[in-house]
Amino acid sequence: MINLSINGTTRRIAAAPDTPLLWVLRDELGLTGTKFGCGAGLCGACTVHLNGQAVRSCTVPVSGLKGAKVRTIEGLSRDRSHPVQVAWIAEQVPQCGYCQSGMIMATVALLERKPRPSDADIEEAVGNICRCGTYQRVKQAIHRVSGTAGA
Amino acid sequence: MDHADNDAAGATSQAAVLSRRGLFRVSAAVGGGFMLGFALDGAAQTLLQTGQTPPPGTAMGAFLIVNPDGAVTMISPVVEMGQGAQCSLAAVLADELGADWERVRIVPPPAGVAYQRPDVTKYQLTSGSWSVRLWYTPLRTAGAAAREMLVSAAAARWGVDPAGCDVAAGRITHTASGRAVGFGEVAADAVRLPVPPKPALKPRSAQKLVGRRLPRTDIPAKVDGSGIYGVDVKVPGMAYAAMRQAPVYGAEVESVNRQSLRGKPGIIDVVLVPGAVVVVADSWWRAKKGVESLDIKFKATPFDTASTDGLMKEELAKLAQPSGAKFRATGDMAAAASGAVKTLTADYSVPFLHHAPMEPMNCTARVSAGRCELWVPTQCHTTALEAATRITGFKEDQISITATLLGGGFGRRIHTDFIEPAILAAQTVKRPVKLIWTREEDMQHGFHRPAMSARMTGMVDRQGGLTGLNMRIVGPSVHEKFWPSFFKDGLDYAAVMAITTKNAASGTHYDVPNQYVDYVYQPTHVPIGYWRSVGASHNGYFVEGFIDELAEAAGQDPVAFRRMLLKSSPRGRAVLDKAVEVSGWGQKKLKAGRALGIAFFENVESIVAQVADVSVDGNKLKLHRIWAVIDCGMVLNPSTVEQQMEGGIINALSTTLAEEITVKDGRCLQSNFHDYPVMRMAGAPPVEVHIIEGGGAIGGVGEAMVPTLAPAVCNAIYAASGKRIRSLPLKAHGLVLAS
Repeated sequence: MINLSINGTTRRIAAAPDTPLLWVLRDELGLTGTKFGCGAGLCGACTVHLNGQAVRSCTVPVSGLKGAKVRTIEGLSRDRSHPVQVAWIAEQVPQCGYCQSGMIMATVALLERKPRPSDADIEEAVGNICRCGTYQRVKQAIHRVSGTAGA
Repeated sequence: MDHADNDAAGATSQAAVLSRRGLFRVSAAVGGGFMLGFALDGAAQTLLQTGQTPPPGTAMGAFLIVNPDGAVTMISPVVEMGQGAQCSLAAVLADELGADWERVRIVPPPAGVAYQRPDVTKYQLTSGSWSVRLWYTPLRTAGAAAREMLVSAAAARWGVDPAGCDVAAGRITHTASGRAVGFGEVAADAVRLPVPPKPALKPRSAQKLVGRRLPRTDIPAKVDGSGIYGVDVKVPGMAYAAMRQAPVYGAEVESVNRQSLRGKPGIIDVVLVPGAVVVVADSWWRAKKGVESLDIKFKATPFDTASTDGLMKEELAKLAQPSGAKFRATGDMAAAASGAVKTLTADYSVPFLHHAPMEPMNCTARVSAGRCELWVPTQCHTTALEAATRITGFKEDQISITATLLGGGFGRRIHTDFIEPAILAAQTVKRPVKLIWTREEDMQHGFHRPAMSARMTGMVDRQGGLTGLNMRIVGPSVHEKFWPSFFKDGLDYAAVMAITTKNAASGTHYDVPNQYVDYVYQPTHVPIGYWRSVGASHNGYFVEGFIDELAEAAGQDPVAFRRMLLKSSPRGRAVLDKAVEVSGWGQKKLKAGRALGIAFFENVESIVAQVADVSVDGNKLKLHRIWAVIDCGMVLNPSTVEQQMEGGIINALSTTLAEEITVKDGRCLQSNFHDYPVMRMAGAPPVEVHIIEGGGAIGGVGEAMVPTLAPAVCNAIYAASGKRIRSLPLKAHGLVLAS
């Protein structure tokens, strides 16, 4: 049993040590906002913040996470009021929406690091796969939050 | 609750049926509390599963529940996979009804006759860019009929003429006296009234929601993680399952060392299903580790040495076969040939493609005595119902299907290969089971857009016009297994879909007087399915790449050549001209190695032109911009149309650049996103889309962008570099995006 802080609350995790954080979040804690896309860290659908950094939770076994602080999509706001969520709705970014939790978490991590990112910064930090092809609107939404024009 | 309870309450309980003529009988579910009637059970289940209570109210037909507080709930006839159709269709219903849009709720359809495609018998299906085209008028009719009944009920209550009443935002007002009442207060009375057989539909000028950029109703739940996809379903007592299927398509299990998992923590059972082994456990991770640890032997098949290399060699040989299954023969090809000053022949080909939606295949099943319940991101209730009744032996009314949100569909989720093992596992372990495939299982067990080849021959006459076009299409049949009535006399209608021609309905397309199109079937053991735009996905490329070659042979500019071919099609020319205008075709002097390419095509009753601006430097490709113009007749929500255009372009671009499924030793060689490289943000060019409402019938949009993307890009590559690309993906030619 290990203790993790999930969105500000300490939780005791019973899962086997080799269980990826993704599956602890989804199956043990019922936080299904973080998605399973590839299981190999390739697509980013499982992106969460671990001690403030964006990580792909499908490749992070829970064994090494004692005392870690985890933030998921559910932890951004109670009511979709996080500026990134507001911008995502304003720009009508999602289509099927399955990749969008990860896309948003990668974006939040970027903006916390670099509040006024260039397009090149965005492309480097937000490498998540979107099969529906929403990339242009993702960029528009990020520029809307950061008050930057496309650069 | 069921019909027996309805009768006990003294209400009539006719099932709600939407007949082909658009008439319907209303299911009378009287009284407050939970809604009643077969059409509503699945919807209620969805809401229960997502933690909500079903909205109380009165059902008025198969698509509408009027809630006591005057809000309304639409039971959508289609599922939501990102195309925004549920929102667009809810707006249609709400507009005609006069409901308060801000309070409209939408639930997905259960399995039911009322939700079957009104044009094709029996199939309850969300696909083919059909949602808005098919359901626009039936939902208007349903909304208008309900409005008239609600107004009549209010007018009767007040003793006034219904013509003196107005409807807005869910309230009925008697204009002269100012008396007003909400929908919810009169709905119970309204459903006792006869259903008007021909309700008056609002003129376009009176539509308040249709045509507006309404924010999509499904988007809020997609930015906060609350939307429930198939993978997110949780049912009390649920177990989890993972499976491994035979690597060689269609092979069967020979042996598996099930005992190795006996007594292991969390393992519930090991279930053999056709072609695969399913491990059921108390968590998905344990199920997945469990199935990976098994030593599974699969039986030999006749296809153990099959390969895509071998397949394409066979297709190449069939390109030269003397005769095929004729699709079209117009004019006189011999006369065209004799009058030609130039005859050009070129071979084109495209690979197998995978849908690769971001949500892997999954299904949750619960089987009890006399009832089978499915929670599944399905595009097709009909095939799910067939699978469930076949496996359980139950009747259709013992099956409940709740369609969750879909994390991408694209045609993949019409199949039942992810549903059947879930039902079998649930039956075996006597608990609900949520089966989720790994990405590897998903990648290696697709239903692919087939690998196709084409031999294109064109004849240019003395005047520089296109006098004859001969197209031989070779490849596997899409319809063969799923829709055999469309694979007749050796002709697969998907293979020749949308081939440029004079379209009788729209009168558009190219004026080519002499045409011959035929098809030769190529057998394969690789499963084939419906991939976004189906046959148009390759025919757009074959035709529009070749039209550019013919333009060059005729000594003409690609736009001028197409304009001439579109001489009988004002709508076609308008789309082409708009693409020319917005892209600046012919206006800009581009530096060496940079050029524009254009393509034009019609499919799903929408006319599209795309222009690509591309630079080629050695093997490095830079995509500067893509412009797309669509004439889709009439637009319900410009915002969702633009989204589908932008997304469709990027989806098609991803496949054009680097996607292909290859097979060797009978099995798929790709396994995840490292070797099936779906495009990411870096390298995705800016996309600029334009909509023309040409006044024709509503055209589809979801699949409309695919056919013209590859040829626009390849035509630009040719103009920029002299390199003519006649097979995809570009990566196979060594072309990569400049970093």
